[in-house]
Amino acid sequence: MAAATKGSKEQKYDRQLRLWGDHGQETLENAHVCLINATATGTEILKNLVLPGIGAFTIVDGHTVAGEDVGNKLTFLLQNRAQAATELLQELNSDVSGNFVEESPDKLLDNDPEFFHRFTIVIGVQLPESTCLRLGSVLWTASVPFLVCKTYGLLGYMRLVVQEHTVIESHPDNALEDLRLDQPFDEFKNHINSYDLTSMEKKDHSHTPWIIIVAKYLERWYLWTSGLLQLIAVEDLFNSEQCSNITVQSSSFWMMLRAVKEFVYNEGNGSLPVRGTIPDMIADSQKFINLQNVYREKSLQDAAAVSKHVERLLQSVGKPVESISEKDIKLFCKNAAFLRVVRCRSLAEEYHVDSINKDEITSCMESPDSEMVFYLMIRAVDRFYQLHSRYPGVYNYQVEEDISKLKLCVNSLLQEYSLNVNIKDDYIHEFCRYGAAEPHTVSAFLGGSAAQEAIKIISHQFVPFNNTFIYNAMSQTSATFQL
Amino acid sequence: MADAEEPEKKRRRFEDLTEKMAVDSGHRDSGCDWEGRWNHVKKFLERPGPFTHPDFEPSTESLQFLLETCKILVIGAGGLGCELLKNLALSGFRLIHVVDMDTIDVSNLNRQFLFRPKDVGRPKAHVAADFINSRIAGCKVVPHFKKIQDFNDSFYRQFHIIVCGLDSIIARRWINGMLISLLSYDEGVLDPSSIIPLIDGGTEGFKGNARVILPGMTACIDCTLELYPPQINFPMCTIASMPRLPEHCIEYVRILQWPKDGPFGDTSLDGDNPEHIQWVFERSQERAAEFSITGVTYRLTQGVVKRIIPAVASTNAVIAAACATEVFKIATSAYIPLNNYLVFNDVDGLYTYTFEAERKENCTACSQVPQDLQFPPSAKLQEVLEYLTETASLQMKSPAITTTLEGKNKTLYLQSVKSIEERTRPNLCKTLKELGLSDGQEIAVADVTTPQTVLFKLNFTA
Repeated sequence: MAAATKGSKEQKYDRQLRLWGDHGQETLENAHVCLINATATGTEILKNLVLPGIGAFTIVDGHTVAGEDVGNKLTFLLQNRAQAATELLQELNSDVSGNFVEESPDKLLDNDPEFFHRFTIVIGVQLPESTCLRLGSVLWTASVPFLVCKTYGLLGYMRLVVQEHTVIESHPDNALEDLRLDQPFDEFKNHINSYDLTSMEKKDHSHTPWIIIVAKYLERWYLWTSGLLQLIAVEDLFNSEQCSNITVQSSSFWMMLRAVKEFVYNEGNGSLPVRGTIPDMIADSQKFINLQNVYREKSLQDAAAVSKHVERLLQSVGKPVESISEKDIKLFCKNAAFLRVVRCRSLAEEYHVDSINKDEITSCMESPDSEMVFYLMIRAVDRFYQLHSRYPGVYNYQVEEDISKLKLCVNSLLQEYSLNVNIKDDYIHEFCRYGAAEPHTVSAFLGGSAAQEAIKIISHQFVPFNNTFIYNAMSQTSATFQL
Repeated sequence: MADAEEPEKKRRRFEDLTEKMAVDSGHRDSGCDWEGRWNHVKKFLERPGPFTHPDFEPSTESLQFLLETCKILVIGAGGLGCELLKNLALSGFRLIHVVDMDTIDVSNLNRQFLFRPKDVGRPKAHVAADFINSRIAGCKVVPHFKKIQDFNDSFYRQFHIIVCGLDSIIARRWINGMLISLLSYDEGVLDPSSIIPLIDGGTEGFKGNARVILPGMTACIDCTLELYPPQINFPMCTIASMPRLPEHCIEYVRILQWPKDGPFGDTSLDGDNPEHIQWVFERSQERAAEFSITGVTYRLTQGVVKRIIPAVASTNAVIAAACATEVFKIATSAYIPLNNYLVFNDVDGLYTYTFEAERKENCTACSQVPQDLQFPPSAKLQEVLEYLTETASLQMKSPAITTTLEGKNKTLYLQSVKSIEERTRPNLCKTLKELGLSDGQEIAVADVTTPQTVLFKLNFTA
């Protein structure tokens, strides 16, 4: 890439590079996102992905632009919706390449399901239930992450479907420091001993890093807590099948995790590799740098030990040692206490009578204000669509008569899944009132939310939601359910 | 909150809102409304429903009110502002004014989508207005390439609702104070037609918040001043003699070395000038090397000098959407508005928290209670100055302190005008008694954080 363009890209993306770094940006620029249905919600989601610079997008949409489509988004009349949206979105960022396919997703699933395999993530917007489930199944088998989004009146709904999503850089908001005060390693002990607090002058005292002072007193007082807390978070991952069973198919995440596990039970003496950073504190420069270097050198040592384990594992499955770089191992060790793995249930599991998460649904429905009622209403409305090939209350004259029809759908839904919950008539009335409207501000809220979740999936930084998100614009509240 | 009012007053307020702007009421622009254009909006205005605001009455007139009468002011045409303008325009609002004092920078383009590379250098307000007006038929956005402080009460009074996407607390406090100054009281009772709702949005990285303020009724910006975290400023001793972090090295160069070396003549450091940043970067590296500190990069240097806050399109989209939803609710009474504060964070999953921020009984901005200043007569004026700037609930920047002595207005201390600062500086070392102040004396304080002077009452302690 020419220096000039690289420089101007750095300038353009400066504000976001400070969040996910150049390596995060690279994953975005290598991504190809598929959007199904360029509705207001769809175009808003894609806008928030095009602006930060994803490599490419493909819109799949068989509809032509209707009058109301131009009312709730920036687009042009009398065009195929996919084409119109593509043109507008391309304008937003010349670094992104846009494509469109004037076809319904159902047709593509009929004729060429492997069409979807090429994408980094597929985002399906305003999909009817049957299409959603079909697509869900294809993408699950192909291990392509699937994000389902729907704006229905004043409700926003998102469902993330990904089998296994690993996160090394989760960037926790409130991370505990890794100071090893409870179990000081040898080099740290030696460093502490090099200080004699009793013979220091007052000025030197006040310029001594507090870590040294606390460590001195802790030598007489053994503390367990901070060490254990760290490990518990990762323990679950150590015990998982992917970690115990390393094969040639294992991803570098699981390889490195296994290597860290080996380290913990050997060189680490029960502790993770030292992170290597310390918080700033009042101290004179020399004392601080020296202390910082003690931790930094230990972290390099620990990373080297982990590296040896990685090498051994790679060799044991016949993979070249270069498959996992030193840089990646160091990053992994630095984040060892913050690793996250997100596993979402498939749509098939969510929808099947035998595996529906009844407990979650019924317990949430016990609180009158729970957003769970909207999840059930959205499911009921999908059912209505399946039955009547339209959504309830779209035209004014339909509102009243559809209430009883929708109520039947609600009841059949609850019956089919043996859900012993009560849904007030008010909600049924409200959902008929919505008439499947897709108001712009709700679409925009979902647009921002979904785009960021997609960025998390693409970049493997920050932690995606698991797995159902409901936004209620009436009360400006939201909830996440694991269904 | 709105629903706590008597029904009569609420109905009157809605009617007041509709009658407010007589100027454009006869102008019908239905020519640009094609079939189905406002279907998504109409469902919420023309149909009854179980969750609507108690005041809500379905009618075809509400849409006309939005399209022809309702006047909205958007403050800021940046990350939030661009999203707000689009959201409002696509929700039926047409009479929109936008104020922004900035011009477009390349680093805006990752989220301020109304701007293109060719627009860099042009005023944000103008470019934003042009974009919306040319792409959304019927919308008439009026731009103002100005500071909010350039306008007086007659400007602000014309709007039904004001929505902000500002990047400074000072500016927020200013507009907050302005709207409070517009309130009128009839024998101690607040006249609801003088209330202009203020919707305020803020974002930072993956965090954001949206709040609804009904001046005089709900918590205002100053009521919750303590919610804003103080800005990080490193202690001078760290910067001057005990740097430990690369940031300390950069601050050293910015604060101490630049004024001393005067590298580009007498010019002050301009964070937007790449040559300036390059110089600071190189000197910072030298300083860091002296102390064996690693980590000084060009990006970090720029971030520290400009106090850059990371930003992405997604967070701005979410918060602006929430704000615009509230504007719509308030303008149409379609639903009960947010009461009154929403917090958003999508670092780990998506987290929202909605709560009612409470009014502060003795809020300096909205409580109408003269503030108490408790000091012994032997206290120096300097102590009063420190109190005004350092107290969490006041956080004034450079207060100008005046009073009335012997029937004449007297400036006790004023920092912003050099000659007056020099003249009044000796007063800082004088005691309140020496300055001729007495118990119960009224002190008036002016500051950038408020458009109106704040009145204090001096209370001598033993």
